Amino acid sequence: MEKKKIHFTLNGHSHELSVQPWKTLLQVIREDLKLTGTKEGCGHGECGSCTVLMEGKTVNSCLVPAVEVDNKEIITIEGLSAGETLHPIQEAFVSHSGMQCGFCTSGMIMSAKALLDSNPNPSEGEIREGITGNFCRCTGYTKIIESISAAAEAMKGEE
Amino acid sequence: MHVYSVIGKRVPRIDGRVKVRGEAKFAADYEMPGMLWCKILRSPYPHAKIMNIDTSRAERLVGVKAVCTGKDFGGWTWGWMPKTRDEPPLAVGKVRYLAEAVAAVSAVDEETAEEATELIQVEYEELPGVFDPEDAMKEGAPQIHDHAENNVSWDFHMDFGDVEKAFAEADLVREDRFETGRVITGYLEPPAAVAYWDSSGITIWAAKQSPYFVYRHLAACFKLPLNKVRVIQPFIGGGFGGTKNDSLAGDFCSVLFSKMTGKPVKFVYSMEEVLMTCRRRHNMIIHNKMGMKKDGTITAMHSRVIADGGAYTAIGPLTMYLTGCMSTLPYTLPNFKHDAYRIFTNNPIGAAMRGHGVTHTRFAAEIQMEMMAEELGIDPVEVRLRNAITAPHETINKVTVDSCGLSEGLHTLSEHPAWKEREKAKKGKGPLSHGVGISGTSYLGGARQRGHQSCGAVVRVCEDGTINYLTGATDCGQGSDTVLVQIIAEELGLSVEDIDIKRVDTAVTPCDAGSYGSRVTVLAGEAAQKAAHDVKSQLARVAAEKWEADPEDIVFRNGQVFVRTFPERSMPFRKLAQIACYSGSGAVILGRGYSQYGIEVLDFDKGLGNSGTSYSFTSQLTAVDVDMETGFVKCTDMVIAHDCGKPLNPINVEAQSQGAAVQGMGQALYEQFVMDHGRTLNANLADYKMPLSLDGPHIDVIDIITEDPHGPYGAKEASEGAIVSAPPSIISAIHDATGVWFKEQPVTPEKIVMTLKNKKK
Repeated sequence: MEKKKIHFTLNGHSHELSVQPWKTLLQVIREDLKLTGTKEGCGHGECGSCTVLMEGKTVNSCLVPAVEVDNKEIITIEGLSAGETLHPIQEAFVSHSGMQCGFCTSGMIMSAKALLDSNPNPSEGEIREGITGNFCRCTGYTKIIESISAAAEAMKGEE
Repeated sequence: MHVYSVIGKRVPRIDGRVKVRGEAKFAADYEMPGMLWCKILRSPYPHAKIMNIDTSRAERLVGVKAVCTGKDFGGWTWGWMPKTRDEPPLAVGKVRYLAEAVAAVSAVDEETAEEATELIQVEYEELPGVFDPEDAMKEGAPQIHDHAENNVSWDFHMDFGDVEKAFAEADLVREDRFETGRVITGYLEPPAAVAYWDSSGITIWAAKQSPYFVYRHLAACFKLPLNKVRVIQPFIGGGFGGTKNDSLAGDFCSVLFSKMTGKPVKFVYSMEEVLMTCRRRHNMIIHNKMGMKKDGTITAMHSRVIADGGAYTAIGPLTMYLTGCMSTLPYTLPNFKHDAYRIFTNNPIGAAMRGHGVTHTRFAAEIQMEMMAEELGIDPVEVRLRNAITAPHETINKVTVDSCGLSEGLHTLSEHPAWKEREKAKKGKGPLSHGVGISGTSYLGGARQRGHQSCGAVVRVCEDGTINYLTGATDCGQGSDTVLVQIIAEELGLSVEDIDIKRVDTAVTPCDAGSYGSRVTVLAGEAAQKAAHDVKSQLARVAAEKWEADPEDIVFRNGQVFVRTFPERSMPFRKLAQIACYSGSGAVILGRGYSQYGIEVLDFDKGLGNSGTSYSFTSQLTAVDVDMETGFVKCTDMVIAHDCGKPLNPINVEAQSQGAAVQGMGQALYEQFVMDHGRTLNANLADYKMPLSLDGPHIDVIDIITEDPHGPYGAKEASEGAIVSAPPSIISAIHDATGVWFKEQPVTPEKIVMTLKNKKK
């Protein structure tokens, strides 16, 4: 099948690629661009491990056809920290033990980022709602919620 | 109490930074130039003879490099004990469960490999299957393994005291049938590996929580000495026992393909493969009989356990052992009989999972005890306190307990407002009924079992005073790397940042039994302590010589080294490291240590002796809202009073209890494989329900400090206790809300609605 040319921005860098039409955004990120921070858990949009931001909104990158990202802006976990400096959400996940095995963490942090971008002061219930597309089998979610809450607090000072 | 500088502190995880940045490499993130992909062909039948396999069409597909079948492994099989080695890498002659691996392909890319598996033609002759363990035990049931009459995979019996006499003398005797569900471990990272075979042997980057299992399996399967098998450990995306504690068809086939082709070979299982085939918690039927005196004292218990073992034995003998040997904790049990049967069926394999074996029988005993207390008019806390052991204690099967915070935990919970005011809160809004339940359970730490069970540690001092620490223990997410580094730092008077830990590499790290049975902090911790002591004594000799002091008087603290009696004689640790490393023509300062607890052999046939080096005690309170119309249960709050001896890293200990409790909640309320004639009907994460953030309760963890004499700094286990305590406390809470005792997990809304309907009639 004919490859399609796509142009998109990923973590602030523009990319032009020719992709087979059946490729997913997740495959482009992991296989073509070699960014392995985004994980494939179920491959069916159920677990949220592959969550990235597309135009600022969370998507399961395993379900997004690569051709659909033409002219879009994508942010992955690798695009969150500024050089060596962690993003406040990342910082909070470290200080509040918001991760254990780390496999869901990239997706979880991207969901947290989308949540805090749209709601800088979420309640516990709103945080639970915001990450309900992301499975975590290790933490029971308590420390993830505490991390996001702490990040929201830390980010207030930045505004 | 001793004052520590690093131990007992809320030290952030040392792997936090690489994980939040997405830098942590998991097995599926590895690739190598020229790498091939391996895909597995799986059986469409649960029980069938393999009459013929024709691989010729697959071999002719462009891009296919090699194809293998069961015969290519030369009859090699593996299993947990020498006499239970019944599982081949790929099926030979017969398939025993649906989706069992039958053949494999390696090709230039994943798509080609997958396409080629579909070109393999397998001729089967279907055999009648058996899917229910009680049916499988009956005369005339299809026999799954030639050697196993009535499909008994393993049986285990204990008999202590005189249960019949004790039942006769009891004021109340109850018999009930309990059942636990088929539960997946639920890690999100599917098993994966990259394997490479060259003239130096095998190198494999594999997602294993206990890499030394696959190390031995590969050496045995491919007839290589152990020093030619190198398992290098990536980060592990969750383990929880079972699959990642064992080897898989994908491991063996990838290695074989690399041997055949000279190329590195990679496999990644799909989540569907995981849910169709991977090792899961045994579902068990427990016929439990308990005797009690009027005052609530338990006099005897007899448990008859029937476990669905699935198609192969795997680690099943240990599962059966644990269902019985731990039943004598945490309540005094003077008479105990246990008959456990693990039965082969044509279902996927039952194996270890967090709370291994203990969660089943403890759930049965805990609920039955409370049912009897209710009949006798005794409060749920009171019946537990009446029977709770206190340390020191030796059980009737010679399990010795030297620290126990159960009564303290139960007292703490009984003072909690959620417990004290539970009657007032009973009627919730609309159709909601509020209930509060309690449980008190125990789990072993520092698992002792058969074979090699020690942990080792190597501590190397760099000339600038930093430390390389090597352990064979695996952090599959539980945070053990952080705790072990804390131990090295504490002993050497350094900070956590001064210590580097590398992940397991069997060519370099000391052999280790694995991450299971809550053994890492306790045993790898002991090894770390000993290796650090070894380094300390080597460095102390250098310092003592310089200061003409006694090596015993040299103190290591806050990055400094000094003489206890003359503190002005001091220097930075890094200075001493440099002097020591440069002494003579250059010295090697290398400390080593290994754990010695756990080398005592237990009586595996009788159920006698310690299966762990110490025992944790968990008291748990759970509050639920039950919708009396829809049967929906929402866990609103949990309070977990956990005795892990002493938390070496309290934030990690909390995190372990919280995670385990929510996993236990899924098991108690909705997690269940739906099976039909050996086929898993809900092999995806939308239909197999695991808890999401909205399902999780608010959880408080209270540390009950007991300082066990056996663990490093008094520590005991912290990762499995709460998965044992959660289900009974939830089911007790549902009883409190509905007035009904549910004896089968999961307690689904359907079960609740049907039971409440029938109750009304």
